[in-house]
Amino acid sequence: MAELLIKNGFVYDPINGINREKMDVSVKDGKVVDKLSGKRKKIVDATGMIVMPGGVDIHSHIAGPKVNAGRLLRPEDHYKDVEPKTEKTRAGVGRSVPSTFTTGYRYARMGYTTVMEPAMPPLMARHVHEELNDTPMIDKAAFPLLNDCWFVLEPLQKGMIEDAAAYVAWTMEATRGYAIKLVNPGGLEAWGFGRNVRNIDDTVPHFGITPKEIIQGLCKVNKLLHLPHTIHVHTNNLGKPGNYETCLETMKCVENLANNDKPVMHVTHCQFSSFKGSDWRTFESGADEIAKYVNNHSHVTTDIGQVVFTDTTTMTADGPFQYILYQLSHNKWINNDVETETSAGIVPFTYKRSSFVHATQWSIGLELALLIKDPWKIYMTTDHPNAAPFIFYPKIITWLMSRTAREKLLNKVSKRARHKSLLPTIDREYTFYELAIATRAGQAKSLGLSNKGHLGVGADADIAVYNVNPEQVDPSKQYKLVRKAFKKAAYTIKDGQIVVRDGEIVKPVDGRTFWVKPELSNPKMEMSPRLKEAFEDYYTVQYENYIVPEHHLTNSHPIHIRTEV
Amino acid sequence: MFKAPVEADYLSPDSFAGKTLGEISKLPMWEGNKQRTIGELFEIEGEPTAKPEEQSIHLHGDVSRVRRIGSGMSAGEIMVFGDAGLHTGEEMKGGKITVGGNADSWLGAMMKDGTIEVKGNAGDYVGAAYRGSVKGMRGGTIIIHGNAGNELGCFMRKGLIKIYGSTAQFAGVHMRNGTIFITGSSSGRVGAEMTGGKVIVNGRLNEVLPTFLIDSLKPKVKVDGEEITGPFYMFIGDTVEEGEGKLYVSKAANPHLKFYEQFL
Repeated sequence: MAELLIKNGFVYDPINGINREKMDVSVKDGKVVDKLSGKRKKIVDATGMIVMPGGVDIHSHIAGPKVNAGRLLRPEDHYKDVEPKTEKTRAGVGRSVPSTFTTGYRYARMGYTTVMEPAMPPLMARHVHEELNDTPMIDKAAFPLLNDCWFVLEPLQKGMIEDAAAYVAWTMEATRGYAIKLVNPGGLEAWGFGRNVRNIDDTVPHFGITPKEIIQGLCKVNKLLHLPHTIHVHTNNLGKPGNYETCLETMKCVENLANNDKPVMHVTHCQFSSFKGSDWRTFESGADEIAKYVNNHSHVTTDIGQVVFTDTTTMTADGPFQYILYQLSHNKWINNDVETETSAGIVPFTYKRSSFVHATQWSIGLELALLIKDPWKIYMTTDHPNAAPFIFYPKIITWLMSRTAREKLLNKVSKRARHKSLLPTIDREYTFYELAIATRAGQAKSLGLSNKGHLGVGADADIAVYNVNPEQVDPSKQYKLVRKAFKKAAYTIKDGQIVVRDGEIVKPVDGRTFWVKPELSNPKMEMSPRLKEAFEDYYTVQYENYIVPEHHLTNSHPIHIRTEV
Repeated sequence: MFKAPVEADYLSPDSFAGKTLGEISKLPMWEGNKQRTIGELFEIEGEPTAKPEEQSIHLHGDVSRVRRIGSGMSAGEIMVFGDAGLHTGEEMKGGKITVGGNADSWLGAMMKDGTIEVKGNAGDYVGAAYRGSVKGMRGGTIIIHGNAGNELGCFMRKGLIKIYGSTAQFAGVHMRNGTIFITGSSSGRVGAEMTGGKVIVNGRLNEVLPTFLIDSLKPKVKVDGEEITGPFYMFIGDTVEEGEGKLYVSKAANPHLKFYEQFL
């Protein structure tokens, strides 16, 4: 494979502590190397440009049955945003639920190279992987939803953590999953019977355990299995006023499971879990309390889930929450996946500047991002497409980097929300270094992807080059230039190949699909004989059909781990 | 007659105004799966004007397979001497379109303002919202001298649709506001799931949906400032959606609805 030299760029590589150093990056055979020996090397002139590791998105709903149902539900979302086919790319439609190919192209154009699909119903894993196979340009992985699976709830109820761990290990391999995802623990099982849980100490119907026990149990399982990522939690009571208390309790309940200051929990789209007030009238921001807690503890990481004022599609595995949203918005609603060991709901939604609640939500996201001091603890996401489609990332970057940019918008939002917002009291502006952490390094580190998110020797040569000069451009004032640069990467390099130049795809490539292959240390814990019986008793599919064979993934990339069970 | 459907995205006063004939003839236009120019598909003559509001475009010949005539136009005039294809005047914001013959479906779909007049018949979904959307016609006027098809004024929010002939099923379905006036008859299910606005059927309507409740007998009804003398049965509905839409049905043309009078 050809050699590549990225010359003279301003390099930001937070994992290796490199902050705006003018240096060259050498690439050989898809990896970053120390030096190049060959004479036939390609040169990318990055003079006056920013060089960062390729973007990593820890939480973005890009594939799976509910995303596809969202596509069906929203023809009006597609017809205004059509991408015709070109010589290099396929045709597609876009906006809030883009088609698979368009998803890949759009991420690559912004310099993103790794994206996580955070909600895979185990029974629909095959569907998820079929869509991921068709999502080009980016590396990806999917997190199976495990919190309300009977095979997890049963051993947790009996206190048999090791049995639960063995099942989770089996699921990771069977579904080709990457991390444990929890969505409204206990609530989804209850939703199967039209109910929900009220807080983390409520009892889950028919199982007699509490959401707290599920969270703690799966956190222990995660530790036993040595999974690369922590548990990935969508909290209970999400999207309800007053839920910041639930969020704090959720974070507190795994406090004593942490060791060596290592994170054990990722609270995702934290904005939706930071609501204060007793109803929508007294609704206000709980960002301050959440930020204080996260600042003082090192066992949690979070991502924002930043709202952008636009029309979008909400889709989560949190069926009961989506039902509430449907009642609020009177919009169309799909309830699905209830039979696939989880649940899901989809409701189109428009965030309006004039709405007090929406404007406050917008403010909460930015408050969290700015009040949580350590950028290694909070990452930039929109929970695509729940708070906004991912194409709005460049806009969010300007809000993080420029006080002027965010205050300009703050002056246009609901008056009541503006008066209550904490934003005017916050002076902080992200630097490019902090931005590199929030958009790639931090996320890669949290995901445990050791070859991603940095440019050290041996890292995957996933590199983004943005045409903005950090020595000349002041992001605080010239935020429009920053937005423009981050919208269309000057170069996106994937595995050592230039795939995007000036925001256009020049070489379509397939990304890898990462998954975890746990190797049990105790062969007696092997689940398959027990599961075969259970499948005969309970399931609508055969055991053999449930498992996604590895050859089903076009570019499979297993990560081997040695477990404690 | 074109062999394949033509997508006329640029056939509007807004894209013609301020250009020379040469520039206009170079505007792109798809015929089936081939990209062509307006000059290749049409012969153009006349003098373009500087502003769209002064621009008048006359289309002669068979343009019944030309789609999106006047799409998104904001001012000026288009006259079609014959039949017009699908999506004529979709999302138009102003100006006037006159069709001498018939118009195909989706006439004035999601239009915001302006006037469309059709001398012949129109297809389905006149002034409707596109699939999935809840924003139908939001202003302006559509006048059809002939008949119209199904789902006329679907998700309509404002404006006026006037039909001198009759309509097929589901006129005013999901209607939120605005006025639909049907001089002729309607084949049924008028106003299904409507929540506001008014629909007037001056001819025969075989059946009123059971989810509409009789409210009163009105001697006359106002349409766009004009008084139509009745008497009319006035129904409120659609109660399925807790709607407050008004459905007026002529008493004279519908003697079979007389039994409603006992509930007044």
